[in-house]
Amino acid sequence: MTNFFKEWKTKLFDFLKITKKPIDEALLHSVESTRFVVLDTETTGFDYDNDRMLCIGAITLQDGIIAIPNAFEMYIHQEHYDKNSVQIHGILKDLVMKKPSELEVLQKFLAFLGDSIIIAHHTIFDITMINRALERNELPILTNKTLDTAFLYKKTLIRSNLLEYKDHYALDDLADKFDISKKDRHTAMGDAYITAIAFLKIVKKLKEKKRKGEFLLKDLFYY
Amino acid sequence: MKNTISHRVADFLKGFPPFTFLNQNDIELLSEQISIIYKEKDSVIFAENEETHDSFYVVHKGAIALRKGVKNDTIDMCDEGDIFGLRPLIANENYKMEARAYEETILYAIPIAIFRPYALQNKDVGNFLIQSFASNTSNPYSESYRGKLYGETLAGDLLDNNPQILDIQPVKYSKKIITCSSATSAKEIAQMMTKKNVGAILVVEDKLPIGIITDKDLRNKIVTGEYPITSAASVIMTSPVITYPKKLTTTQAQMAMMKSNISHICLTKDGTPNTKAVGILSKHDVMVSLGNNPAVLIKAVKRAKKYKEIKPIRASIMQLLQGYLDQNIPITLTSKIITELNDVCIQQVIAIALKKMTTPPPAKFAWLAMGSQGRSEQLLQTDQDNALVYEDVAEELKEKTKKYFLDLATHVNKGLFEIGYDYCPAEMMASNPKWCLSLGEWKDVVHHWITNTGKDEVLLSFIFFDYSLSYGDSELANKLSDFILEDIKANPVFYLHLVSGALQSPSPTGFFRQFLLEQDGANKDFFDIKRRALMPLSDAARVLILSHAVKSISNTPERFEKLAELEPQNRELYLSCAYSYKALLKFRTKQGLLHNDSGQYIALEHLTKLEKIKLKSTFKTIKELQEIISIRFNASNIL
Repeated sequence: MTNFFKEWKTKLFDFLKITKKPIDEALLHSVESTRFVVLDTETTGFDYDNDRMLCIGAITLQDGIIAIPNAFEMYIHQEHYDKNSVQIHGILKDLVMKKPSELEVLQKFLAFLGDSIIIAHHTIFDITMINRALERNELPILTNKTLDTAFLYKKTLIRSNLLEYKDHYALDDLADKFDISKKDRHTAMGDAYITAIAFLKIVKKLKEKKRKGEFLLKDLFYY
Repeated sequence: MKNTISHRVADFLKGFPPFTFLNQNDIELLSEQISIIYKEKDSVIFAENEETHDSFYVVHKGAIALRKGVKNDTIDMCDEGDIFGLRPLIANENYKMEARAYEETILYAIPIAIFRPYALQNKDVGNFLIQSFASNTSNPYSESYRGKLYGETLAGDLLDNNPQILDIQPVKYSKKIITCSSATSAKEIAQMMTKKNVGAILVVEDKLPIGIITDKDLRNKIVTGEYPITSAASVIMTSPVITYPKKLTTTQAQMAMMKSNISHICLTKDGTPNTKAVGILSKHDVMVSLGNNPAVLIKAVKRAKKYKEIKPIRASIMQLLQGYLDQNIPITLTSKIITELNDVCIQQVIAIALKKMTTPPPAKFAWLAMGSQGRSEQLLQTDQDNALVYEDVAEELKEKTKKYFLDLATHVNKGLFEIGYDYCPAEMMASNPKWCLSLGEWKDVVHHWITNTGKDEVLLSFIFFDYSLSYGDSELANKLSDFILEDIKANPVFYLHLVSGALQSPSPTGFFRQFLLEQDGANKDFFDIKRRALMPLSDAARVLILSHAVKSISNTPERFEKLAELEPQNRELYLSCAYSYKALLKFRTKQGLLHNDSGQYIALEHLTKLEKIKLKSTFKTIKELQEIISIRFNASNIL
């Protein structure tokens, strides 16, 4: 019996060791000093295999400052074009046809991105789209840390049985809640801007909620 | 790099001087070089004597307070479109004032190196800057609303040292002039004045003012029967018009009105009746710029046509509140006046929202204020808590009606947000489908709370049962109140739940007779005056007043006063509860005004000995009250 417990204990500790992630040094920085890249992509649709990116819009965010000269907005030449999604992004085929190639845009984007932390709304979609494009062009996929405003926003909501939570909060929901103008919605750059301001407001709310000590980058990741 | 955001910035900037003087291309080039900065409330943009930054700032959203000196007096308030921090950059000196975010703010930072060439090349831009430096404000245009927003403190502070200062404050006048020709009939004139909501109309010929007709003229000449209602303007007008140049100061305007015994002055281009009229100045305008008084503020609110116009008036209301507290005016009176003003603001927001709807409401409705606002105890701006109830409609109209009122409520909630009421974090707002119901649906919901009571239901009833009518049909609100009282009577078990809920707020004194401080969170080491002192009292008052089936009194001190009447044996205690509640409310309000927040959390170390003693004495009352309730409703059985 004793043996069994010992065995069980060691197993449990092994198990704990595996699941407990080591604290990443990089995550001990303050949120302010970190360079974030807030991005959004406009695509021909939602199918990772067949749809393509038409535009990448990205802005840098550091110390609460968005510097317009340090922004990235490039339209991508695409053969694949789905006329059904035009009504959402408003990018006409002609506009896309005379643009730089996917490879060129990706290279420039990687240089712009560096090792910054990526912020997007429903990040998984944009990251997957970009990664598929990187693979197609035989480039290494992204290894940057990522944050998702859709996910972080949920963390700001108060916990109460009286509240009904939505499963998905669209960027429009956040813009309404935080009183951010929806002008330029559905352009990559415009959406990136709304995401950036929403992120700043989310951080402010999470700071208020945090129990003690300084609010560090890790507080955004360890939910 | 030209991009979508720089366009967004350019679009904003071109609406404000000095950028209005630049051509589109230049604004776009400039916009590509700026940074967008997010500042949390109370964060400092630059400090007094700090070395200058390489950019100056334009407020995109929010407000920045410029402060100076040991007393930290607010010199100027910059809001949307105002520029600040430019003068020290050009004069090559350190910052002379502190700039601090008065609320959450987004700024555009424009590098001076990029901007300088435009200031040098463009004469209008240069002139604007010189003018703005000469007048020593961040923006000469801001003078016109200074009187309105911060006039009182500014005038008041300066008045002590410099009695003439009022003279240099230009008055804000109405630039929208309503005119008619000399042939217009008195009836038409009265209709126009009613429609435009003005007290005077200018009679013009060839665009020049030849006479003026005021409310008084209509009363004295038409309603007395002296002239028929069909009389032409030329017959009843006062002529010639008293005209002044538009650079009239408040004092001059007052003098002019007293001298000629008139209530309206016509402002013309050069001050003579021979040039075009540019504005009309009424006694009301003078009063607004002279200071704040509830009647003037109410009038100003009622004239607002956009949500945005109400926001600065609300700032004046806060000033008024501060003044009342400073002068030690009884809190009952103060809260009555402020509540009245708050109500008018809400009513105006709803009126504006109704105008945004394409059709009139399909059924009668009532807008209910809940929580502290419903109890008329909301002196400081806090979160929104509201609900909407509408008439029951035929089955086939149900969906359409609900959609209409949800749309309306969404407009109203947004409007309230814009004038400064934060969204309720728990979504207790009329735009939430759960809080926008027909009378019948509300009855079902309330009945469910009363008969299936759990913790959440008690909480919901606590918030909801203090409602008061803000706008709309009082009959609907009344019917709902009647239903609630009857339903509670039929289900006495509900009291027990209410009582246990009311006793849940911990008594404010702990075992060691220390203050109970908050254990964790951002407000560690602070005393939560709302949860620990105000709520136990208001919760208890609600339970007791419901048990006496008294409706239509939702204000906590008034409830206690009523209870003192109903239960003479506990008169002393109830009166002291009423007193304690008022004292606590005043205390909270003062703290809130001091820190520009809701006043909910109080740092005990900043309190004086006297204040601590006062606070503690109210706690004794709370304890006694909780004991009474606990015994009366035999709550020990369910706790």
